[in-house]
Order: sequence, then structure tokens, then C-alpha cells
Amino acid sequence: MATEIEKGQDIPKIVQTLVQNHGDEKAELIPILQEINREMGYISDEAIKELSERMNLPSSHIYSVATFYRMLSTEPRGRHVIQFCESAPCHVAGGRLVWQRMLRELGLEKGETSQDNKWTLLTTSCLGLCGVGPVMIIDNDIYGNVTPEQVPGILSNYE
Amino acid sequence: MAYFRSHVLVSVDPVCVEKGAYDLIDTLQDEFVKQGLVDEVQVLETSRIGDPETEGIDLMVYPEAVHYTNLSLDDVPFLVEEHFLKGRVAEQYIRETKKNLDEELSAPKTKEVRIILKNIGEIDPLNIEDYIARDGYMALGKVLTEMTPEETIQEVLDSGLRGRGGAGFPTGLKWRFIRNADGDQKFMICNADEGDPGAFANRRVLEGDPHSVIEGMIIGAFAAGASQGYIYCRAEYPIAVRTMKIAIEQARNFGLLGNDILGSGFSFDLEVRMGAGAFVCGEETALMASIEGQRGEPRPRPPFPAQKGLWEKPSNINNVETYANVPQIILKGAEWFASLGYKKSTGTKTFSMAGDVKNTGLIEVPFGITLREIIYDVGDGIKEDKKFKAVQTGGPMGGCLPESLLDLHMDYEALAEAGSILGSGGLVVMDEDTCMVDIARFFMDFTQDESCGKCTPCRVGTRRILEILTRICEGKGKPDDIDTLRYLCDEINENSLCGLGKGAPNPVKSTLEHFLDEYEAHIYEKRCPAKVCKALIRFEIIDDLCTGCTLCARNCPVDAISGERRQTHVIDPDICIKCGICEQLCPYDAIEIK
Repeated sequence: MATEIEKGQDIPKIVQTLVQNHGDEKAELIPILQEINREMGYISDEAIKELSERMNLPSSHIYSVATFYRMLSTEPRGRHVIQFCESAPCHVAGGRLVWQRMLRELGLEKGETSQDNKWTLLTTSCLGLCGVGPVMIIDNDIYGNVTPEQVPGILSNYE
Repeated sequence: MAYFRSHVLVSVDPVCVEKGAYDLIDTLQDEFVKQGLVDEVQVLETSRIGDPETEGIDLMVYPEAVHYTNLSLDDVPFLVEEHFLKGRVAEQYIRETKKNLDEELSAPKTKEVRIILKNIGEIDPLNIEDYIARDGYMALGKVLTEMTPEETIQEVLDSGLRGRGGAGFPTGLKWRFIRNADGDQKFMICNADEGDPGAFANRRVLEGDPHSVIEGMIIGAFAAGASQGYIYCRAEYPIAVRTMKIAIEQARNFGLLGNDILGSGFSFDLEVRMGAGAFVCGEETALMASIEGQRGEPRPRPPFPAQKGLWEKPSNINNVETYANVPQIILKGAEWFASLGYKKSTGTKTFSMAGDVKNTGLIEVPFGITLREIIYDVGDGIKEDKKFKAVQTGGPMGGCLPESLLDLHMDYEALAEAGSILGSGGLVVMDEDTCMVDIARFFMDFTQDESCGKCTPCRVGTRRILEILTRICEGKGKPDDIDTLRYLCDEINENSLCGLGKGAPNPVKSTLEHFLDEYEAHIYEKRCPAKVCKALIRFEIIDDLCTGCTLCARNCPVDAISGERRQTHVIDPDICIKCGICEQLCPYDAIEIK
């Protein structure tokens, strides 16, 4: 049975639990990194070092994997991560105007995290929800058919 | 097995989930408990049934087939009381709905043939019994009890089934390679990394009919002699990942996966692996690297995965749609499948139709249908009855085909010959208002961004092309740009390591071939014929038509428009950012793009 990760655990403890749950085979590296990313918000140097020891993999390998995939981050992210679909169907359906409104509301550029650590603004590749574009995801919430006018209201749902 | 007098199917597609479909299911259950109906009514999840433009959630009640729309949590108590307790249809929740309830997937049109999509929206994907009730796992039973692996391979070969991921390699032949390859362990992999923007056919199959993929994979594993399988699904599809995991668990509980399947002595198990956001992982060698826990970078072939694949073992990779065809081929026979289609392309293909066509969404048509039939008969023509300009097939590595090629019979060979690909089955239809140089730039922007960076032609070449196209769109094109583009296209195509690089120049190459006049207009005349490229257009107010209503001036975001009330207004070209708001707003059509 997989051991649950408790809130507020320190990094070595989290890494240890994850390696226990998944096993230390190299093939488990990406699933483990995804969970670290989800639990901690990003993959810190400390986590990489700990993982390197527990999985018997060079830190350089772990770092190269963590920086390759778009959904893994080696930089701290804000409390809420906005992923905006930047692909053609959403773009054509009015996504450009929603994106501009988003930039204005948050005062951020693509890839930036706000000073108060509340928001990180990212773009994502196609989510395959083209029928309801423009589409964006905030944390785990999906928003479809978004209009520029809805942006402030949606953002105000998050503390 | 329990019997229920009513079944309630609640739509749990991503849109309805966002609107609170799961809360609605909980509320329904609570209400059924309260009314003592819990043993009589079963609540099930299904894929999309409703019109997503409504605010609420949709559900269907069977056997009456009553479709309630736009429900909120507050409606539930009354609905349960009326419909399920008193047996009266609650008319107020039945809205006059459009015929097309699912804007991604509508009822089949004439000229459509549905094999892959036949169960979607009809069954509960989270209940294996629904699938079994519609012939599910019958093909597996037949293969395991009546056929040898070689006979299975021959049946698939005779059907003519080819890889639906786009390359079109005969599936049976691939399986035979794996069967004949040396190795103590062999793998069956499903490529569910559907990354092409605008393509979502695989997502609908994974979410709506997961067992068709699982059954196809088990049959393939039996034929090829594989003992372990992986479904590599992109992380952008969380619901598909969840559905597949549940479906695998159910198949395992039914003895359809694991040791000694159906008592046949054949063993095979399956696991879902999730991507982490890298387009290039749709390439088979990159995908395997990613499963192994490495950077998803492609490697040169040979050796092909059939000899040295996952962990250097013989591995078979097919696409979602390829596997989903297999059970039907086994059940209905190779001859039936081969009778559909055209020349060397048999069966059907799904297409995700998008862009300036009236009916957008997912369709499934037999190979050999013409582009004209797809766009005008299935797609019902161009929006606002504008003029057709081009159709881009096969996702970001496909080419743009002009009007003169509309009577092309769609199959793998014909599209390749025309300078495009079948690819993932994306179809982007473009009308006369599209600038082809801008479109080429848009696709190049995507491939340049997604290039993994391993090989130079793709990493540097796509960037050079993007720079030149951007320059042309900004009105800074140089006379030798066209020759340079052609040279770069050929070099990248010939020297790149994987399909992403080889295909990347296609949008540029095809637009250079079919729409050269537009490139020339941009470069030599500094003019964008479609009036799209901002640097090459300007907005002007036509004196005779302007009434001086001030609407444009009040809405201009940069205050570039001046003029007194009831006097002709003027746009200052130095301030204007060409956002186009004034042109959209003007009630007198007095604003002209030049």
C-alpha cells in the first residue's frame, strides 16, 4: 500500500516515501519527479540531490530530465499556476484577446511568477479541448470558452 | 448482477466536470437514498451528451431516453421527485436542444462510417460490462480459443490495416517482425501522446471507449508474443489517464489481463505511463526513452524498435486508433475491413476538423473520400459562405493544399504525393481571409518551439526559417528569401533525425509551392493580399461613410482616432496599433483596411 505524503514533511522524507512507493528503478524517475513537482510546486536542488542518492542516478541525469519536460519545473512557482493553451484552435477562437487581458490583469509576462508568489503564468501545448476554446487550467480547474471579460472574475476565485 | 429500472447517465466530460458534474452525481445519489430509490435507479458516468453552451450539466435517463439539460444542483430534488418518484417527465428541464448535442462529435453524417467512434457517448466507459454488452472482448475470446498467433497476424495483414499514427506501416507486418525477433521479453506499446494542436480523436477514444484499445493491445500482444504493455498518454489528458487506469483495473478483475487470460495460458499485463509535456515524445524512439525515465529525445533508426526498442527489447508501437480497429477486424473479418477504403488504404480514418468550416469536430470517414466531400458534404462548407482557400492536413508537420487539389482521394499515398501527410488526422480549413505566409509562420513557431534540440538541422534550421518568415510578415523580406527558404526546407527534411524535423518544413514548402504569389506580394510589393499581416496594412476611415458617431474614437485603446461629433473622424497611423476594434465596431462599415 502506498504511503501517503503528509503536509509539511521535509524534502528527504517526501523523496524517501516516493521512492518507497514507486521503487528505485530508473523508469520510475519521471512519475516520481511529477509527484515532487505536484507536492512541492517545483523540483529543488535538495530534492534532486536526495533523489540521486536514493535512486543511484547521477544528479546531472535527474536535472537533465527535470529541465526537458515542460510540466516539470526546477524554479519555484507561485501558489497558483495558470496554464494557458497557446495552440492554433484556441488562438483562432479568440484566445489572443484573453491572453492579453490576462497579461494586463496579472502584470506578468509568459513564464513569470508574481512578486507575492501568488501566480505563475505559463502557456501549455494543446489540451485537446479545442471544441470549447479558448481553454486554460488554473491548478486543477479547467476553464473553457473563456472571454476576456471573465478573466478578473475567474482570478478572484483564488486566494 | 443487480437490475435497475432506470439508469441515469451524467455527462462527465471536462466541460461538465468543470461545471460540477461530480457534485451533481453526489447530490443525485443523496436524493435517491432519501426517496428510497437507491435499488431502483443506477447513476452512471458517460462522456459528453450535452450542449456545452449551457450553464449547467446534462444527463440522460434510460430506458425512456429523456435528455435533461442545463441542470444545477438545486434542480436535483425536484427532478428526482417528478421523474423517478412520480414518473412524470420534468418538462421544464427539457430544452429545445440543437440536433448536434456534442460539438466535438455529432451524430454521423452521410458519407461517415463509424468503427472507432461507434461506442463513444453510447456506453459508460467506466463500466466494462457496457463494453462487453456491445460485443466487447468477443474478439479476444475468439483469438485465444480459435486462432494461432500466426493466423491472427495474417488476419490483420489481410485486412490491410495500416498505422493510424500517420506513417501508415502495415500493422500485421509490424507484429510479425516482433514475433520473429529474438528476445526473452517483448513489449506492446500504445502511443497515446496525441500532441498535434487541434487533434483530439485519440482523447475521445481513450475517454469514451477505453476497452477497445485494451482489447486491441491484448490481441496484438498475443499475436506478437509480448508479455507486458504500456500506454503512454500525455499528461495534458488527465481524464483519459484516469479512465484508462480504471479500465485496466476492471479488465484485470475480469481475468482479461494478467496471468492465464481466459484460461488460455497466455499472460499479458498493461500499465499507463504519463508524459510530462513534450511534443516530441509522440515520436516512437523518444516515447520509449521517456518510458525508460530519460529525456524524450529521438535516436537514429535502425535499429528499429522491433529489434531494439524499450530497454533494448523488441517492442511494438501502435497508435490508439490502430489498436481500436483490431477487435472489429477479428470479429467481422479481414474481408469486411478491406472492402472499406481505397487502394492500399483500407478501413476508416478519424479526422478532427477545425477552422473556417461550418461543422467542426470529429468525423470518421472511409479512406478514398475526397477533400471536397469532407469539407462540403460532411463539413457543410465554409463559414459565412466565404471562398475556400486552403486545407492543412496532418497537424503542424502537414502541408497546405489549395482548391485545385480538393478532388484528391484521401489516402496515405495521395497526401504524401501532394506534399502533405495524413498524420494525426487534423484538418484545418482556411478561407479567403487567411494569409498563407502568416499560417506558415504560425506552424513554424510551433515546431521551432517543440524541437527537442538534439540534431542541428531541426534545432537551427527551424529557427532560421521562423526568422525569415517573421521578417517577411513584417514587411522586411529580401529578394533572395524565397530561395533561402527552399534551400532550408530541403536541408532540414533530408538531414533531420526524426519525423518532427523531417516534417517541419512541410507547411512552408507547400505554401511556397501553391501560394508563391502571396510570398512575392509580401516581399516585393510589401503588401499582404489577405490583409492580415499588421505591418503591411493600415486602417483608414472612408469620408463618405463616416457619420461622426464617435463610437470608434471612444473604443480605441490607444486614442489614435480623433474628430468632432458628427464630423468625419481620422485615424493617426503613427499611433494606431492595428488592433481592428474600430473596424469591428463601426455600424456604417466606414473603416477600410488598406
